[in-house]
Amino acid sequence: MFNYLEYIREKNFPHIWCAGCGDGIVLKAILRAIEKSGISLDETVMVSGIGCSSRTPGYVDMNTLHTTHGRAIPFATGVKHGNPKLNVIVITGDGDATAIGGNHLIHAARRNIDITVLLYNNYIYGMTGGQCSPTTPTGSRAATAPFGNIEPPFNTSGLAIAAGASFVARADVYNVANCEKMIAMALAKKGFSLVEILTPCPTAFGRRNKMASPVKLMEWLRDNAVPAAKWKKMTEEERRGRMETGVLMDVDKPEYTAEYEKLVTSLRTGK
Amino acid sequence: MKKVIMGNHAVSYGVRASEAQVISAYPITPQTHIVELLSEMCGNGEINAKFIKVESEHSAMAACIGASAAGTRAFTATSSQGLLLMHEMLHWAVGARLPIVLANVNRAVGPPWSIWTDQNDSLSQRDVGWFQIYCESNQETQDTVPQAFKIAEQLQMPVMLVLDAFFLSHTYEIVDIIEKEQVRKFLPPYNPEIKIDTKDPHSFGNLAGPDMYMELRYMIQEAMEKGLDVIKKVDDEFREVFGRGYGLIEPYRCDDAEIILVTSGTVASTTRAVIDAMRGEGVAIGALKIRVFRPFPFEEIFAVLSKAKKVAVIDRNISFGCHGIFFQEIKSALYGRTDIPVLGYIAGLGGRDVTPGVIREIAENAISNKNPERYINWIGVKR
Repeated sequence: MFNYLEYIREKNFPHIWCAGCGDGIVLKAILRAIEKSGISLDETVMVSGIGCSSRTPGYVDMNTLHTTHGRAIPFATGVKHGNPKLNVIVITGDGDATAIGGNHLIHAARRNIDITVLLYNNYIYGMTGGQCSPTTPTGSRAATAPFGNIEPPFNTSGLAIAAGASFVARADVYNVANCEKMIAMALAKKGFSLVEILTPCPTAFGRRNKMASPVKLMEWLRDNAVPAAKWKKMTEEERRGRMETGVLMDVDKPEYTAEYEKLVTSLRTGK
Repeated sequence: MKKVIMGNHAVSYGVRASEAQVISAYPITPQTHIVELLSEMCGNGEINAKFIKVESEHSAMAACIGASAAGTRAFTATSSQGLLLMHEMLHWAVGARLPIVLANVNRAVGPPWSIWTDQNDSLSQRDVGWFQIYCESNQETQDTVPQAFKIAEQLQMPVMLVLDAFFLSHTYEIVDIIEKEQVRKFLPPYNPEIKIDTKDPHSFGNLAGPDMYMELRYMIQEAMEKGLDVIKKVDDEFREVFGRGYGLIEPYRCDDAEIILVTSGTVASTTRAVIDAMRGEGVAIGALKIRVFRPFPFEEIFAVLSKAKKVAVIDRNISFGCHGIFFQEIKSALYGRTDIPVLGYIAGLGGRDVTPGVIREIAENAISNKNPERYINWIGVKR
């Protein structure tokens, strides 16, 4: 039996997440993945921005940094540069990382700096009460789109791949075993890695979109988040409105802090 | 029609009645209700405005700048970190002389994270050149919106109205709702002399060399100085239509007061209750609410305070390494013209309640304090 108590700050519980929120499931998956990957908590820094997801570092017993809206990735970039030996994990959400901090996401991916971004995608700004985010599906209702969202959403994983991330995976809290596995793989990867984790928000998203019950949202994930093996056999028609889960990109390429060290060494030694 | 509404919605109703044409915003607690209600109003036709959802507060103000330059009436709302992220664009709105109206819900700045009220967010923007009006009640908040547009458009200057987080933003009060038909008698349609117009093209935001830049800055200061009279006139015109007005400052039982407490925002209401209680006990005490902070009404404040023997300023803010910010301004309003001692009190940071007990403690300290060499008196701080 996994002992979560070894990894959390018990005094900060109960957590602030609503009943039916998937963020607690992600938290537990992260802790199991950390244990599985064998990284030391003392050498790990968890950085977050703003939003429901970004409360995660408050609950874990490691070095944590709760920063401003959208800026977790630049803070983490500074941490990694300051001490490249640290394992740096960024906890962020769809609003935090693809709206106000969207620029940082693409540039960190482009540089391929060795940080692990765990992006909780709940399709909405949950903490501020359900405003439309860049991943809110077209047609869905939100507090700032009471008559339906007319904007097309980002494919966040696709964005990270296009920007040059060396590891990108999508996971969901219904298939939690896969979620844990994807996080462990991302942690093990040298280079910029991102796991987009689909997680339900019954309070701010479901309630406005005929999925007020947490079970309904879980069923929606079950039916629409499709593991890669099954995805490959699906027709274009069957794929419409669904998301492929699993590893979407995994390549080895030069990592930013290592390249930086190499350059400095060569300038100083002439080699 | 009277309604019981929250302070945030008072802003929304004020914007509806002012017929803003472009609203651009990004969610942040505790402001979000303002723009949520406005997005509904845009949808159901209660207001004929375009609602732009953007990806940050910086973009929200940038969109307002664009909309205003295009000749439309633009509005946004924010709070705390959001206002700070807008900082660059706040300067831009002033330099471009665009009459944008912004509602800022006063919220403490992190870290540590806090969603509760204090004034350091708006006061940290005091030197950018925005008008700043601090509201005390939901009625005043609603009424200040059309006033803000009128002031802004007459002077081509942006105006920020400010309300306390939770103590006002989330508190329900009875508000006499103003309607656009009435407001039209007071606020004419926005029709700027210069705007982005394909038939009459201009260049906006161009380079100004050292031979021109200073004059443009002088003109901003000139608009600020004119602003005091404009605000008074606009307030009078508002009173003619609606029977209510608020002034630059609001003295309370100051005429024969030996000691005057200076406050702003919701602390002003609590202070009046303390004044009444202490007057009942025979203490010659009064209160002065500062409503308009930029431009700073030096003369009006001097006229009230110079009759007192002592002044105590309650600041829900601090300029680190100096004093409370209202305290500094009050000192400079009196400087060289009187030797009335001014005492500064810091209270209520990060949403700590400023109760009648706290205000009485300040008043009693100020009365007994014979030697105010300590300019910063921290109230209720644990050390």
